[in-house]
Amino acid sequence: MAGLSTRHLLGIKDLNRDDIELIFETADTFKSVLNRPIKKVPSLRDVTIANIFFENSTRTRLSFELAEKRLSADVVNFAASSSSVSKGETLIDTVNNILAMKVDMVVMRHPYAGAGIFLSKHVKAQIVNAGDGAHEHPTQALLDAYSIREKYGDVAGKKIVIVGDILHSRVALSNILCLKHLGAEVMVCGPTTLIPKYIGSLGVKVEHNLLKALNWCDVANMLRIQLERQDIKYFPSLREYTMLYGLNKQILDSLDKEITVMHPGPINRGVEITSDVADSKQSIILDQVENGVAIRMAVLYLLAGQTPA
Amino acid sequence: MQNLTLLDGQKFQITIQRLCRQLIENHNDFSGSVIIGIQPRGIYLAKRVAEELRKILPGHTIEQGDLDITFYRDDFRRRESQLLPNQTKINFIIEGKKVIMMDDVLWTGRTIRAAMDAMLAFGRPEKVELLALVDRRYSRHLPVAADYVGIEVDSIASQKVVVSWKETDGEDKIVLVSDAK
Repeated sequence: MAGLSTRHLLGIKDLNRDDIELIFETADTFKSVLNRPIKKVPSLRDVTIANIFFENSTRTRLSFELAEKRLSADVVNFAASSSSVSKGETLIDTVNNILAMKVDMVVMRHPYAGAGIFLSKHVKAQIVNAGDGAHEHPTQALLDAYSIREKYGDVAGKKIVIVGDILHSRVALSNILCLKHLGAEVMVCGPTTLIPKYIGSLGVKVEHNLLKALNWCDVANMLRIQLERQDIKYFPSLREYTMLYGLNKQILDSLDKEITVMHPGPINRGVEITSDVADSKQSIILDQVENGVAIRMAVLYLLAGQTPA
Repeated sequence: MQNLTLLDGQKFQITIQRLCRQLIENHNDFSGSVIIGIQPRGIYLAKRVAEELRKILPGHTIEQGDLDITFYRDDFRRRESQLLPNQTKINFIIEGKKVIMMDDVLWTGRTIRAAMDAMLAFGRPEKVELLALVDRRYSRHLPVAADYVGIEVDSIASQKVVVSWKETDGEDKIVLVSDAK
């Protein structure tokens, strides 16, 4: 049977539609495994995975670690802040030292775009990108699309608007690529300064008015303002941003249809989304987190299964 | 390719009937027993047996589920092609029940080993039995034996035993396939 077309998961860009469907179907079975009394299968018991995080993360790291443990893989965790990276070691040296301890796969988050691609060309292990700078975050996009598929049955033909800091968001790029692959219509919405100039070349609509965007869509994916990546001021104040692009109950109730609200986390409550919206029936934020484990299990299982020992 | 039909038509049906009667001998009205078919091909056998049992025991509930063993196999990362999972559908509790696992062909016994691991993730049954429609004798890699056997076949490793079902393949048939070399 055919597996994935790629040996690493570096970005959605490298996947085709069949790959995505395969990951979803495999995730379906893992989701049923996660609802059993014993939530663990022994598939990856002879695989060792290193989670290398050069950037902070809660959800993604925990989600990967749980996925790995539920597949019975051996897991080592590494956070750059407590490592020799601060002593001046290069990325390739760091990873090769970890691989010398017989590690088969590397899950990496890095602040620079393309770090995963670079690594995949220089080391032997299979690489899973857990976010590289403002470039891609493939497993997040997969779990977002999977959650939409779960809610609506299909992604094709659905209208999804991604609201917020598109310029600095790896979630936005991966989401756009993934949703377009699956035949969805995608719109981005935010202040002009936070929308990349050539975003239209990806085949997405651009809208600067939140209310118009929400009236158009079936699903709104609200992104966080990535202040840590903004070296200059892109808008006058956070308060003004919230007034123009924050999603609150009042706007949501003024729409003539019930849209679904998503957020990749971490949420800045009261900035891009208010608490009553984040915790409302229309929000599937916690379903996204739940699906994240199943999606990551599927990705790791499909990648690990490629290598005949 | 040379094909030898081992069982078909009415004889096939009689064999299924006999297996059902043997099951009733040990499980009475099936009130504490459940049937689990092993994916991908054992589920057709399990469905057929459950259907026959319902005819013989009208008014009694015969629980039957499908079990996928992909994640429990011992050849993951040891073969060229990707192992892709099937659905597991067990809508009942196996804790404390007598479980009858069913597969169409019993050969090396490795599938059954994996199936036992997979099943135990759902609870602790009182007892586990194995029903195989075809037993390829003297070819076990593991110490596994079936409690109920449709037919016994002597075959060599290069041969294949293929079971077809009326429901999916149009005909009930067991064929021994040999590659002509």
